[in-house]
Amino acid sequence: MFTHVYAQKGTQLVLGLMTGVIFGFLLQKGGVTNYDVIIGQLLLTDFTVIKIMLSAVITGMLGVHFLRSLGLAQLHPKPGSLGASVIGGLIFGVGFGMLGYCPGTVAGAVGQGYIDALFGGVAGTLIGAGIFAVLFPRLEASMLHKGDFGKLTLPRLLGVNPWMVVVPAAVALAALLLIFEKIGL
Amino acid sequence: MDWLSMKQWSPYAVGVGIGILSWFTFLLSDKPIGCSTAFARTSGMIERLFRGSKAAEKPYYVKFAPTVDWEWMLVVGVIVGSFISAKLSGQFQIQWIPGKWSAALGSALLPRWLVALIGGIIMGFGARWAGGCTSGHGISGTLQLAVSSWLAAICFFIGGIATAMAIFTFLAV
Repeated sequence: MFTHVYAQKGTQLVLGLMTGVIFGFLLQKGGVTNYDVIIGQLLLTDFTVIKIMLSAVITGMLGVHFLRSLGLAQLHPKPGSLGASVIGGLIFGVGFGMLGYCPGTVAGAVGQGYIDALFGGVAGTLIGAGIFAVLFPRLEASMLHKGDFGKLTLPRLLGVNPWMVVVPAAVALAALLLIFEKIGL
Repeated sequence: MDWLSMKQWSPYAVGVGIGILSWFTFLLSDKPIGCSTAFARTSGMIERLFRGSKAAEKPYYVKFAPTVDWEWMLVVGVIVGSFISAKLSGQFQIQWIPGKWSAALGSALLPRWLVALIGGIIMGFGARWAGGCTSGHGISGTLQLAVSSWLAAICFFIGGIATAMAIFTFLAV
């Protein structure tokens, strides 16, 4: 329905900027542009990050799958493999734990004036991406496709209609949030 | 409009807001929210400044061209949006060392800067290795029920929790 808008380059750049402004505004209002809140999550003393992420996932999952069922949106699951998703994920985690921001929240932290996010986080993330670009041909030949499963989604893996996973997943994640509240996290 | 100048919103309000925002990015832009690819493109742009068009021939920059795109504008927007929010609530301030860091690990500037820089390098490298970050995999990928994203997101937190706990245990002063 909106496919003609996808191809309008200028419109998309403005939409990207507007999306970012709202996203950054929400991240700051959520407190997750603060090192203290993110590191509190990783030290398991403050569950703000997980509460934001899970409520975003539940809301997004229901709405995006609904749009897809109406034929108004397409999914874009990222391809993956054990070598890329698991090992890359663990490497990311080590850096995440040291920096205390992730690539989105580090930009937000810069916006609220945090110097460690700018000269440490943003500078480092750019250098890290540059190093990866250098090593990419070798990593692609060795690690990145180990245990490749492509653009697999859970419904396809299970061979069921997406809603058969969406509804139970939404209920399970909501239950998890309720448990967090019940035990005072 | 008091809510615009509030210091913090309920995490659930923020999460639902981000979820609704993602409906619109799929609907209007055919794109999931993500941040880390923009860093790779920027890295390519900086390399091109120094090495010219040769940099753009790198296989990785052929895959992710060093140009301004939707997601690149999104990351710029995050800086602006956070600035607006922080200004409205009076939280904007130049801060060198985060409170939790200085309370546990000391207020010297160099250690925090070094750990942040090295952490940033490892995180930027890992984000490209995993093909996404806490936004692209952690929120947008998991909401699409992508297997790659659920695996990566769980590993982000395993690595992050282990590292943060190690730092606050072994480096504490």
